[in-house]
Amino acid sequence: MKLAGARILLECLKLEDVDTVFGYPGGTVINIYDELYSFPEIRHILPRHEQAAVHAADGYARASGKVGVAIATSGPGATNTVTGIATAYMDSIPLVVITGQVPTALIGNDAFQEVDIIGITRPCTKHNFLVKDVRELAGIVKKAFYIARTGRPGPVLIDLPKDVQIAVADFKYPEKIEMRSYRPTIEGHSRQVEKAATMLLGAKKPVIYVGGGVILGNASENLTKLAETLKTPVTTTLMGLGAFPEDDPLSLGLLGMHGTYYANMAVTNCDLLVAIGARFDDRVTGKIPAFAPHAKIIHLDVDPTSIRKNVRVDLPIVGDVHGVLEKLLKILEKRRDEVENFKTAVKPWLDEIDAWKAKHPMTFKESSQVIKPQSVIRKLRELCEPDAIVATDVGQHQMWTAQFFTFTRPRTLLSSGGLGTMGYGLPAAMGAQAAFPKRQVLAICGDGGFQMNLQEMATLVQSKLPVKICILNNQYLGMVRQWQELFFEKRYSQTVLDLPIDFVKLAEAFGATGFTVKKPEDVEETIRKGLATPGPVIMEFKVAREEKVLPMVPSGASLNEMVLAS
Amino acid sequence: MRHTISVLVENEFGVLSRVAGLFSGRGFNIDSLSVAPTIEESISRMTIVTRGDDQILEQITKQLNKLVDVIKVIDFIEESAVEREMALIKVTAEDADRAEVLRIVDIFRANVIDVTPKSYTIEATGSPSKIEAILELLRPLGLKELVRTGPVAIGRGAKGWKG
Repeated sequence: MKLAGARILLECLKLEDVDTVFGYPGGTVINIYDELYSFPEIRHILPRHEQAAVHAADGYARASGKVGVAIATSGPGATNTVTGIATAYMDSIPLVVITGQVPTALIGNDAFQEVDIIGITRPCTKHNFLVKDVRELAGIVKKAFYIARTGRPGPVLIDLPKDVQIAVADFKYPEKIEMRSYRPTIEGHSRQVEKAATMLLGAKKPVIYVGGGVILGNASENLTKLAETLKTPVTTTLMGLGAFPEDDPLSLGLLGMHGTYYANMAVTNCDLLVAIGARFDDRVTGKIPAFAPHAKIIHLDVDPTSIRKNVRVDLPIVGDVHGVLEKLLKILEKRRDEVENFKTAVKPWLDEIDAWKAKHPMTFKESSQVIKPQSVIRKLRELCEPDAIVATDVGQHQMWTAQFFTFTRPRTLLSSGGLGTMGYGLPAAMGAQAAFPKRQVLAICGDGGFQMNLQEMATLVQSKLPVKICILNNQYLGMVRQWQELFFEKRYSQTVLDLPIDFVKLAEAFGATGFTVKKPEDVEETIRKGLATPGPVIMEFKVAREEKVLPMVPSGASLNEMVLAS
Repeated sequence: MRHTISVLVENEFGVLSRVAGLFSGRGFNIDSLSVAPTIEESISRMTIVTRGDDQILEQITKQLNKLVDVIKVIDFIEESAVEREMALIKVTAEDADRAEVLRIVDIFRANVIDVTPKSYTIEATGSPSKIEAILELLRPLGLKELVRTGPVAIGRGAKGWKG
């Protein structure tokens, strides 16, 4: 039977088990939207901005592990998706973004709402496709999902001209896919894994450094087994939080610019660093020559370009982290006697780390006068459900969340790590809530980031997505203000958000519920009430305005040159 | 160090800009780039001449391999490949210089492909250093225009990449 392109697209989505799409209609996607009536199994959520649609698809993907799907119209609809796509690209999040395009005959004519979105998104997608013939559509959708979710995941964009949506073709969804130009390395090289085991067992001061790849590769369980088998401490990047339970004594928490004292000291003094699904970002390494200066480095990653991009590596292993860790665990199983000797040999190292932990624990000064933002984060953890999902924006509140929330499960922190996109938190939380209607979803935002996508309050209410929003309001763009305080003689150029906004009224204007709290003693009560209130809720905490995120490694300094909390 | 890299790519819309964008976006150098279809119609071959230390070259080849449309990347080490480049050179040629130009053309086994009373247009083929050498000799006579293809390269020996 012959079907129209718009129909074929939705049939493909159905066969890919897509249950939710986030999109915004417009002239060049009307046909797709019209066909939606025939697909009750696909839930469409209507964010109020295409950027939020892509962030929501991204939050959906991070929380669920499935491919997120977003739809936008041509021209401004398409350009509005770019920040969302770049955010997902930097953090390797699998998305398929579908944009409408002007009819093929008009492409290149500067037609109404025409933009070369293929050209624009080329550097921020894993791959993109312009569909020129309806007969290619099903194959392209199949490839798009395959590329998005395999190897190092990432966003894929399909640009679909209006006439291709109208044209008809026989529909057959390809069952298998074979691309001679795209064959990601999945199997880790066995001899390399064997060598890694030997290097590990020979180490006296090992540290495991974990990135988002462990979460994306569903390897948390194997990672935890590895750490427990070898009694080796684990530090994570922002993207890696939740891959290893932070309440485990072997956890060193976050490393890098705002990492813990003990994580940074451990990395600086270790003799073996095992990097797993991490990419040695500048926020993690600080000054490269002083990063892990005494260590041999093993780097396990699915993306060969990550290896030796920023730092020298002694033993590279390219492959799927889950499978490679599985192999490594099997080898260690066989070498049980050596493992026992190893555990005795690293005991002094663990004692050294414990001493660092005791000397400078992750802490802040409590106050009875003003609300300390860190205390709000700790209270949230205490009072929310153990499997709650937390989305953040970008800035101080993000770092406090990373430092003080204590993540224990994978896929419970959704945060823009690579691109650092303000305005990400609220729509990402929305996407996660759509994926898990029954779980508790929190959006932790600053007052700056919240205002970048606050229109999504409308979507939360309309689509009955009961996200609990916590705004740490300091009426500053706090992280920039912190840099201005430390490095620009407190010249707070344009970082003061001086207009006091009534967030309670704002919530009510959208039909949601709002709470505001000024006094430390009211924090707990407000969180309890907020979490218990049905539907979307804003909890505004007026926090200590000039609180800083500490410890801090100044940009370009080495990891052991930390400014510590007094 | 100078490297010549062959890249076999799917002959698809936009693939040239993916490769060019990779070089510009990551700050890699391109000295020259040439591209045309191969024996197999669906595959194009690019020859890229680039510069960088070992670490940069490793990144260049890995990043090229990562592009979804790239099928194969071959980084030629000088001895293992034959390189040829073509140049079309328009040179001033009047009076006694006309004979001198023809002598140079002869020495370099180049061809004259267009003649006017005041100029010759020369086609020269050879290794990049041979092209440099003929240009060196012609320059004093007055170069009016120069078009170079950039080198193309092929591995020595019996083994062939069909694509």
